[in-house]
Amino acid sequence: MREFAYQRAGDVAGAVAAFAAAPGARYLGGGTNLVDLMKSGVESPERLIDVRGLGLDAVEEDADGGLRIGATVTNSDLAAHPGVRRRYPALAQAVLAGASGQLRNAATVGGNLLQRVRCGYFTDVTLPCNRRVPGSGCPAVDGEHHNHAVLGWSEHCVAVHPSDLGVALAAFDAVVSYETGAGPGELAYAALYPPVGDTPHRETSLPPGALITAVSLPAAPVAARSRYRKVRERASYAFATASVAAALEVRDGVVHDVRLAFGAVASRPWRAHAAERALTGAPATARAFGAAADAELAAARPLPHNGYKVPLLRNLMVSVLTELAEEAAR
Amino acid sequence: MTDTTARPRTDGGVVAPAGGAVGTARTRLEGRDKVTGAARYAADVPFDGLAHGWLVLSTVARGRITSMDTAAVLGMPGVLGVVHHGNAPRLHPAGLFGPDGQLQLLQDDRVPHVGRPVALVVARTPQQARAGAAALTVTYAQEPHDTVFRAGHPAGRPAPAAPARPDADLGDVEAEIAAAPVVVDQRYTTPEEHHSAMEPHASMARWEDGRLEVVDSNQGSFMVARVLATLFGLDQEIVRVRAEHVGGGFGSKGVGPQLVLAVMAATLLRRPVRVALTRRQVFSTTGLRPATEQRLRLASDSTGRLRAIDHATAAFTSTIQEYVERNTEASNVMYAADAIRTRTTVVPLDLPTPGWMRGPGAAAGSFALESAMDELAQAVGVDPVELRLRNEPSAGPVSGLPFSSRNLAACLREGARRFGWADRDPRPGTRREGRWLLGTGVACGSYGAGALPSTAAITARADGSYTVSVGAADIGTGARTALALVAADALGVPPESVRMRIADSRLGAAWFAGGSKGTASWSWAVTAAAADLRERLASVDRVPPDGVTGRGDTTDAIGALGKQERQSYGAQFAEVAVDTGTGEVRVRRMLGMFAAGRIVNPLTARSQLVGGMTMGLSMALHEEGARDEALGALVNSDFAGYHISAHADVPDIEADWVEDVDDSNPSGIKGVGEVGIAGTAAAIANAVWHATGVRHRALPVRLDRVLESGFPAAR
Ligand SMILES: Cc1cc2nc3c(=O)[nH]c(=O)nc-3n(C[C@H](O)[C@H](O)[C@H](O)COP(=O)(O)OP(=O)(O)OC[C@H]3O[C@@H](n4cnc5c(N)ncnc54)[C@H](O)[C@@H]3O)c2cc1C
Ligand code: SF4
Repeated sequence: MREFAYQRAGDVAGAVAAFAAAPGARYLGGGTNLVDLMKSGVESPERLIDVRGLGLDAVEEDADGGLRIGATVTNSDLAAHPGVRRRYPALAQAVLAGASGQLRNAATVGGNLLQRVRCGYFTDVTLPCNRRVPGSGCPAVDGEHHNHAVLGWSEHCVAVHPSDLGVALAAFDAVVSYETGAGPGELAYAALYPPVGDTPHRETSLPPGALITAVSLPAAPVAARSRYRKVRERASYAFATASVAAALEVRDGVVHDVRLAFGAVASRPWRAHAAERALTGAPATARAFGAAADAELAAARPLPHNGYKVPLLRNLMVSVLTELAEEAAR
Repeated sequence: MTDTTARPRTDGGVVAPAGGAVGTARTRLEGRDKVTGAARYAADVPFDGLAHGWLVLSTVARGRITSMDTAAVLGMPGVLGVVHHGNAPRLHPAGLFGPDGQLQLLQDDRVPHVGRPVALVVARTPQQARAGAAALTVTYAQEPHDTVFRAGHPAGRPAPAAPARPDADLGDVEAEIAAAPVVVDQRYTTPEEHHSAMEPHASMARWEDGRLEVVDSNQGSFMVARVLATLFGLDQEIVRVRAEHVGGGFGSKGVGPQLVLAVMAATLLRRPVRVALTRRQVFSTTGLRPATEQRLRLASDSTGRLRAIDHATAAFTSTIQEYVERNTEASNVMYAADAIRTRTTVVPLDLPTPGWMRGPGAAAGSFALESAMDELAQAVGVDPVELRLRNEPSAGPVSGLPFSSRNLAACLREGARRFGWADRDPRPGTRREGRWLLGTGVACGSYGAGALPSTAAITARADGSYTVSVGAADIGTGARTALALVAADALGVPPESVRMRIADSRLGAAWFAGGSKGTASWSWAVTAAAADLRERLASVDRVPPDGVTGRGDTTDAIGALGKQERQSYGAQFAEVAVDTGTGEVRVRRMLGMFAAGRIVNPLTARSQLVGGMTMGLSMALHEEGARDEALGALVNSDFAGYHISAHADVPDIEADWVEDVDDSNPSGIKGVGEVGIAGTAAAIANAVWHATGVRHRALPVRLDRVLESGFPAAR
């Protein structure tokens, strides 16, 4: 870990200005990812700008049923918020499925979205990795990729996005608000992570120096009946092997509205649009759920050692939707 | 021996006639210091003028170092020196049990594997040392490497026989198998596993008045001092090693690379140097359990009586040291059979040298043997508990030697009763709870017991206190506390009047905290010292100001022991739930019943047994070192990538014991450190079979393996 400067920003404008003035700076949220990466030498910022004092730590409920979540709301506070639990239960469940109690107390929403991949090559600076050192190669493609991507990868990088929270945000059409020296801006969460292509080191579509200020969720009545389920090798304190965020509204046995997103299968939380299309208007049966999963997973290109993720996702999606449909029928 | 020797009670609890301290639950003597942070570990002890060393590890799997740009690093802030093969002190062959190539650090330009120390950067602060290490450019002439283990590897060769246990070759295995009505013939694999004890390895070395002083994190300071002296060509008299508190070892804390390099740096720079490893360095440089591939052939008659056990195992080692993973030990002692054959192969590869990891040999070996026994029970159509009882031997199945004590059958019976085994439907796939299939499994385990020569001294003081000095190590096991209880009873005094001095090479020759023989070995020496002290005290009117000291040395007594089979035994029962949609396996409950001699401190003994079982659970379902074939490097060398069971994975584990009287050692102790992990993985894998109808013969039982092999038995 090399020496670095630390400063606490007092307001959003000050934080953005401080960042602009210090090339090689990083915003510091809870530090649960950034500081780890600094210790292992993956990150070596010259300056940390602590953003936890910017007053971005509130969850506001819109009158129309949406939510606006401040960027420094801790993961724990987010999961405990009554409005979140009522309107978007899958979101609260996703957060609680991540990390551990201590980590969630420190981790922020902004940091969670910009946490970096968990690929073992990426986190060991002695190994090659395109994402860390552009052009150095991606040993995971032919090497250890047991938990890597089956959708949307390129041969330049096959890592998956690790966030659980992000999977629920993807399902519910979240919008990211940010601030730069040039003023505020907004970006659909779906567009936050650019396709990997041949630039895996370009991890976000945010303009340089952008400070995430909030994440907004538009009103979505279907989200009140939602669920997040995470599959993992051990029962807690592990990143997902696969996960599903799902919301389902059934009317007269027919799917009226559905939201689906997958985690741990691609370089970004994967909104399952094809499955949603296939299901909307279809009967709410296990058979239809399976057909919809197949529609989505037709695009899957598993690597030699992670083919299991395809049937796993299918089973998971069918199982979660079946549970939601059964509950709706009660 | 003296009349104060404790005798086990018949109800399974144990008390001593004198003070009655042994057998009562006591919290650790140093517990308060540990939970308040007052206990200092090797990296915590301050020293004047302390410099800090940082390891530089090889990044290629095989080759030679062609250059090292030390000049650039020497100019960096705070950097005091760089130790490398061009300037390191020359070492003599040495090791805990014979010369160990792993300890020959920085002696030449060869690179035998990824993660071999190639230099040590020493600076005023750890941060400066770390920066220097990161900046040191090392260039290599790389050579093609081979890190992919398999049993049929052409480099494989028969392992030299263990000194005490040659390969078994009893009867005619092939003839029995050919004639038997039931044969199980299967292969079982276990992956590379890592100890990674909570406290990363750390050592401080300094020269003071011509003497070498070391503060270390190890499992036996006396033996470490002896190796250091030989390695550096020193008189052992001038080497002092201490390791007051140690945060776990699991076999990995012998003579660590950080210690050898700290001594080198202290010698070259003439100042105290501390080297503390990072978690990644612990994974890379401190040993591992090698991957194994085992073939088990069991043949029985139609009632399940064993006619043959044929156990062949292969494991990897490095190219610089031959480590043998002795997986076949259990096949020598567990079950009676007309013919028993064991064979062990080592495959040297461009990998780090494996070492003892909790239950070496037994943990992986029992997975194969006890899985095969379950398969045999299924094939014969007999209950797996009953199958084991039917094959209970009356003497060592291969050696013919009497057992010092053996109460495995009692473990099986009592365990089955408490677990509710009798209600079990033997057919797989019959129990379902929503998404989950449920199953139960049983497996047995054993681990070698006995004592090794040690010395101890006890000084009686005029104030009525007794100071016990013994070169024991307490690596978190509670050994310090157990020895105080043993001493109290042997002296016939309350434990409160006993003070313990341990973990210092100056305290005299003593065995290691290893092989589950630490407490048994030290206790014997302590009881001998107590006997000597009591005799001396009997001849004085009152204790003089400088006290009266009694000494014990068990070398002769142990040498005079008759030959016997000495093992701790256990039977473990597990219940698992398997998600039919995702393949996730979760353990719901576990029970271990053990026959492990006399239990000195039920509190810490239970914690050892539950700890061993937890590690076995971890082995069954989670642990797996992931190595990249092309690079030869471990790619999950941290706890985010290398999974050990988390709290949520560990159910309510019950561990208890049956009466087990072993008279061959006056302390009656057999050891509880390792038997807890023997059999656990098989019990869980057998339960997964019972739940799903699929045998999982490759560890860990990962969800992708479960999912891909399906649920053929599910009803
Ligand atoms: C052991 C362990 C297990 C974990 N398990 C899981 C898991 O199962 N599921 C899961 O989803 N996560 C898991 N995590 C990750 C955890 O959720 C993230 O570390 C955490 O959410 C990051 O938040 P933070 O505030 O600490 O971010 P930081 O570490 O402070 O920052 C992370 C990144 O975000 C940037 N950043 C922070 N705030 C802002 C902002 N407002 N605007 C712009 N950039 C910003 C930082 O510059 C940095 O690049 C785990 C972490 C650990 C250590
Ligand atoms: S998968 Fe991505 S993160 Fe992993 S090694 Fe390849 S480029 Fe790096």
